[in-house]
Amino acid sequence: MIARLVIVIASVFISVTAWAEPLKIGFLTTLSTKAGYLGEDIRDGFMLAVEQNNGQLGGVDVEVIVKDDERKPEKGIEVADKFVKKDSVTLMTGIVFSNVAMAVVPKMVNQGVIYISPNAGPSKLAGELCHKNYFNVAWQNDNLHEATGQHVNAAGYKSAYILAPNYPAGKDALAGFKRFYQGEIAGEVYTKLGQSDYSAELAALRAAEPESVFFFLPGGMGINFVKQYSQAGLNESIPLFGPAFSFDERILGAVGDAAVGVMNGSQWSHDLDNETNNQFVEAFKAKYERTPTLYASQGYDAANLIASALAATGGDVTNQDAFIAALEKAEFDSVRGNFKFGSNHHPIQDIYIREVIKDGDKVTNKLAGKVFENHQDAYAGDCSL
Amino acid sequence: MILFIEQLFNGLQLGVTLFLLASGLTLVFGIMGLINLSHGSLYMVGAYVTATVTNHTGNFFLGICAALVCAAILGVIIEMTIMRRLYHRDHLYQVLATFGLILFFNESVRIIWGSQPLFIDIPQSLNFTVNLFGQGGYPAYRIAIIVLGIVILLALFVLIFYSKIGMLTRAGSSNREMAQALGININRLYTGIFAFGAVLSALAGGLAGPIYAVEIGMGESVLILAFVVIVIGGIGSIKGSFIAALLIGIVDTLGRAYLPAFFKTFMSASDGAVVGGSLASIAIYLLMAVILVVKPQGLSSKL
Repeated sequence: MIARLVIVIASVFISVTAWAEPLKIGFLTTLSTKAGYLGEDIRDGFMLAVEQNNGQLGGVDVEVIVKDDERKPEKGIEVADKFVKKDSVTLMTGIVFSNVAMAVVPKMVNQGVIYISPNAGPSKLAGELCHKNYFNVAWQNDNLHEATGQHVNAAGYKSAYILAPNYPAGKDALAGFKRFYQGEIAGEVYTKLGQSDYSAELAALRAAEPESVFFFLPGGMGINFVKQYSQAGLNESIPLFGPAFSFDERILGAVGDAAVGVMNGSQWSHDLDNETNNQFVEAFKAKYERTPTLYASQGYDAANLIASALAATGGDVTNQDAFIAALEKAEFDSVRGNFKFGSNHHPIQDIYIREVIKDGDKVTNKLAGKVFENHQDAYAGDCSL
Repeated sequence: MILFIEQLFNGLQLGVTLFLLASGLTLVFGIMGLINLSHGSLYMVGAYVTATVTNHTGNFFLGICAALVCAAILGVIIEMTIMRRLYHRDHLYQVLATFGLILFFNESVRIIWGSQPLFIDIPQSLNFTVNLFGQGGYPAYRIAIIVLGIVILLALFVLIFYSKIGMLTRAGSSNREMAQALGININRLYTGIFAFGAVLSALAGGLAGPIYAVEIGMGESVLILAFVVIVIGGIGSIKGSFIAALLIGIVDTLGRAYLPAFFKTFMSASDGAVVGGSLASIAIYLLMAVILVVKPQGLSSKL
C-alpha cells in the first residue's frame, strides 16, 4: 500500500517536472549564406505547427533550439555536439544539405539521438547506412528526378538532353532521371559547381536538337540557367523539365517570366487539394505573408510527425523503442495527403508534376498531374532494417 | 563550323564580362599595390542596387546609374576608413581585412534584402534575339555587353594615357614619394582610384544582374576568375587584363563545349561527360600555370 502510494507520488512528481521542463528539440539548419532561405522556410513551417498547438507538439511543451550550420559539415557537427552535451537533446531535425547530413546524422544516431530529416535524403542513409533512429519525412534525393524522368517518358518525348553540376548530388540526379526515362539521351553534361554562365552549354544543346531538356542545378545556378535558356529563345522550341528545387515559390520570384511553362516534379504543391494542406497554406500565408515552398511543407510535416509520436507515447522519449514504433506508424495528417514510411524509414508517397504558370502578376506553380502513386526509393532493398 | 564560331563568340562575351570586373581590380592592385578581395562584394552591391532601383522605377539605366553612385560613395568610405591603414602593411593583412569586408557585405545584404535572390529582367529595349549564326537567336543584351566592354577599354586607355589624372596616376604608381614631393595629393588620388575601381565593379555587377542570379555571394565565384585574369595579364596592366580576359573567356568556353565531346570519342558517354567536365573546369588554371612558367610577370608589363 505504502509502496503504491510512493509510486503514485513519484509519478506525479516526475510528470510535474516533465511538465515544467519542456522537451528540447535540436533544430540544426542552414540560415546564413545564400542558401539561407531554405533553412528559413523549413524552420518557419516547423514553427507554424508548434505555434498552432500553443507551443506544444502532441500535447507536450517543446522548446525548439534553432542553430545555423552555415552550410558547413564541420560546423554542423560542432553545433550537434553542443546540442547533445550542453542541452541534452535527444531529438533533432532541420538539416538542409546532404553533405552536412552525411557528416552529422550517422554520428548522432550512433549516440542514441533520434533524427528526423525534413529535407536532405542522401542515398547512403536510405540504403546501407540506414538506422533505426533515422527518419526522412521529405524524400530520398532521387525521388523528384525519378518522377520528372517518368513524366518526360510518359509524355512521349523521344530524346532528352540532361545537365547537372559535376558533384555527387548532380550525378545522382541524372541517374535518378535515367532510371525512369526510356528514350534516347541526346546529351549528358556535367557543369562546374557554382557556374554562372551557360552560353556554351546552351549553344551545344541547341545544336543537338533534343526533344526535351532536363536539368538539376540547385540555387543560383538554376536561376542563371533558366534565365539564359529563355533569353536565348530556347523555351519556345524545346520544353524544359526539372525537379521542384529550381522552381520553388521564392526562386520563381527571382526568375520571373523566364520560368513560365516549365514542368517540374514535386511531392507537394501549394494547390494540392486536401484539408490539411489548404489549412497549412492559408495559415502560412497569414503568418509570413508569402506562399510556402515545398521546404516549408516538409518542416510542417516534420513537426506534425514528431507530434504524432509524442502524443502516442505521452511525451516519453526515454523509451526509444516505443517512440520509434510510433514514428514508424506516421499517424499524422500530412499536407501531402497520402503518406507512410517504408522499411528504411523513408517515405512511400505520391509524386506529382507541376507547371509554372503566370497568375496575374505572380509566377507560381500549378498542379498538373500525378506521376507516381505510392512511390518508394530505389535503395530500400539495401537497408537491413 | 558555325557552332564553333558561335562558341568563340560566347567566349568573347564571357571574356568581356570578366574584363569589366578585372579592370577595376587591376587598377587598384597595380597602382595602389592593394589586394582587394572585397571587389566582388562591390559587384554584388552593384547588382542589388540595380535590381532594386530598376524594379521600383521600371528603368534599367536609372538602376545602373544609382548603382554607380552608390559604389562611388561606398568606395570613398571604404578607402578612407579601412584601406588607407593597409597600404604600408603586408599583403596578408590586406587579404585578412578585405576578406572580413566580404563577410560584412554578405551579412549586410542579407539583413537589408533578405536571403532570397532578387529578380531583374533584361530592359525591354534589348530583350530580343539576333539571328547571328543562322541557327537561332543570340541575345541582343549580350551583344550590348560586348560593345560596352570595348568602349570601356578604350575609355580607360584615353583616361590613363592621355589625361592629366592618368598622368598623375602613373606618376603615383611608379614612385609614390617622389610624386608626393612634387605636390600631388596622393591620398586624394588613391581615394579617387579606389572609388573608380568600385564603380567599374558595380557596373559589371549591374550589367550581370539580368543574366545571372542576383544573390548573396555572387561576387566570390567571379572574383577568383578576375584574379586569374589580372595575374595572367600582368598586374596593373589594362591592356594585359583585356587580352587575358578574352583568352580565359575563350579557353573556358571552348573547354566546356568541346572537352566532354572529345573524351566521349574513346570513353562511355557518362564517363566522358564527367572526365571532360572536370578537365574543362580546370582548363583556365592549367592555362595560367603554363603562362606563368613562360612569362612569370604575366602577358603585359605595367599599364
